[in-house]
Amino acid sequence: MSLSKDQVHHIAMLARLKLNKDEYADSVEKLSRIVDFVDQLSRADTVGVVPMAHPLDTAQRLRPDVVFETDERDRFQENAAAVSGGLYLVPKVIE
Amino acid sequence: MSGAAKEMHAQSMSELAAGLDRGDFTSVELTKSLLKRIAALDEKLNAFITVTGDAALEAAARADKARAAGDVGTLNGLPIVHKDIFCTRGVKTSCGSKMLDNFISPYDATVVERLADAGAVVLGKSNMDEFAMGSSNETSYFGPVRNPWDLARSPGGSSGGSAAAVAARLAPAATGTDTGGSIRQPAALTGTVGIKPTYGRVSRYGMIAFASSLDQAGVITRTAEDAARLLGVMAGFDERDSTSIDRPVPDYLGALSESIKGLRVGIVRQHFDAGLEEACGGRVKDAIAVLESLGATTVEVDLPNLDLSVPTYYVVAPAECSSNLSRFDGVRFGHRAENAEDLLDLYCRSRGEGFGDEVKRRIMTGTYVLSAGYYDAYYLKAQQVRQLIADDFEQAFADVDVIAGPTTPAPAFRLGDKVDDPITMYLNDIYTIGANLAGLPAMSIPCGFVDELPVGLHLVGAHFAEATLLRTSHQYQKATDWHTACPGDFR
Repeated sequence: MSLSKDQVHHIAMLARLKLNKDEYADSVEKLSRIVDFVDQLSRADTVGVVPMAHPLDTAQRLRPDVVFETDERDRFQENAAAVSGGLYLVPKVIE
Repeated sequence: MSGAAKEMHAQSMSELAAGLDRGDFTSVELTKSLLKRIAALDEKLNAFITVTGDAALEAAARADKARAAGDVGTLNGLPIVHKDIFCTRGVKTSCGSKMLDNFISPYDATVVERLADAGAVVLGKSNMDEFAMGSSNETSYFGPVRNPWDLARSPGGSSGGSAAAVAARLAPAATGTDTGGSIRQPAALTGTVGIKPTYGRVSRYGMIAFASSLDQAGVITRTAEDAARLLGVMAGFDERDSTSIDRPVPDYLGALSESIKGLRVGIVRQHFDAGLEEACGGRVKDAIAVLESLGATTVEVDLPNLDLSVPTYYVVAPAECSSNLSRFDGVRFGHRAENAEDLLDLYCRSRGEGFGDEVKRRIMTGTYVLSAGYYDAYYLKAQQVRQLIADDFEQAFADVDVIAGPTTPAPAFRLGDKVDDPITMYLNDIYTIGANLAGLPAMSIPCGFVDELPVGLHLVGAHFAEATLLRTSHQYQKATDWHTACPGDFR
């Protein structure tokens, strides 16, 4: 199945990716080929097969609801581009 | 062969451990000699993103001091390299991406912590495909790694820097991660040993996530014995990884010496179909004959859904990647676009600028297969086929102890040959992906050469059968010497 240019625009928007013109052209072609390739799955007979939830057939482990991490906000924020007073700064979102 | 007769860089980790024990050399001497080798030779390979020389020498000095005081950890003073996907406190952890080129990890991954606690000395961080998405190391923001056996060729990927460093004797061992073959395929293409343990055996905490239901950490070494030594340290329960399995770690080293008499080796007919280069198939069949000469018996097994493993993977892995990589938003860490108009523009441009082509392609593939109206046809369907593939393996392991076959369809390919064709690149992982989909342990060991390029034998075991894989490989390596071959420019 071939993807349209509009579809690729929509996907890029959902994925929050800004692409340039060349990247769009390349993505339409290559994503279409990938989708074609994975379309092979449609020929598998999966009637009544329960989709895999975990490769080891085990349940998700739970832990007691207690605090075990210490507050290291300042150290973590050293990797942020813009912070102030312990907060992350982003472009204005409310007028 | 006596360890003392060989130069330090030519020795395996176990030989180096014996040398340190005997006092043939100190960890500082060993570390200095490998750092010198890296400085002299890595410009040919590009296997390292970061070399942590000062920290390595400090760790080596600490190890020598501890040894003098009689306190000897399992890996005390032994050098290792970490794939740049493992968070390493105070050191750049780039994951091969422009997105994280400025990221200094504030904490250590559990794997990094455990190896350090055992006394290992970290020489640096190895190059890799961007976010581990690639089979050739060509998607790295830091440029491709070159294969020590032929510098015009790829070492495979995504753990290509780790594999090249070990093959070129720049380090005796390196960590790697494997989501679809990223430890085993580069191991095969560089003539090294690579093991991907059972899903959940080694903690994923601090290992930058690509596809969380498939990702698993392992090692690349030159001998099965070294892999056993390292895995014994890395494996085990970790509270900080919610999918870590709470189960005792067997004595991998202790299990190596048992013979493989009576071992049932499964041969998959489909593995030797048209997709496999004939000469590679020949080497793999020779290796299986060696296992038979050591007392193993072969049984033909069927994996009827094997041909669907690559398309299944290319739905499941991108879907999980699109979710995992949504954390890179230019706000808390990583690349941030300048002069953004608004918040949406900040997200879209930071991600558009920070990610490379293949990563963007996988994020978009994942976004598409999870989007409204397509989920059932792709993601749900893929998880159903994944269950069928896992069932095939389970059935096979009722009759056999290991499955043996080729790791890759052909030896190392030339850099640039496949980079523009994602599907051909994806098919390089046809023999390795099944183990990830089913969560099984698997390893690749060198089993000969075709046109002076290494070929890998692939062994897959039942869940938690790492000891069986390591023992089979060790017994094979006792009977053969492919693993001792060294690329000419790196002797």
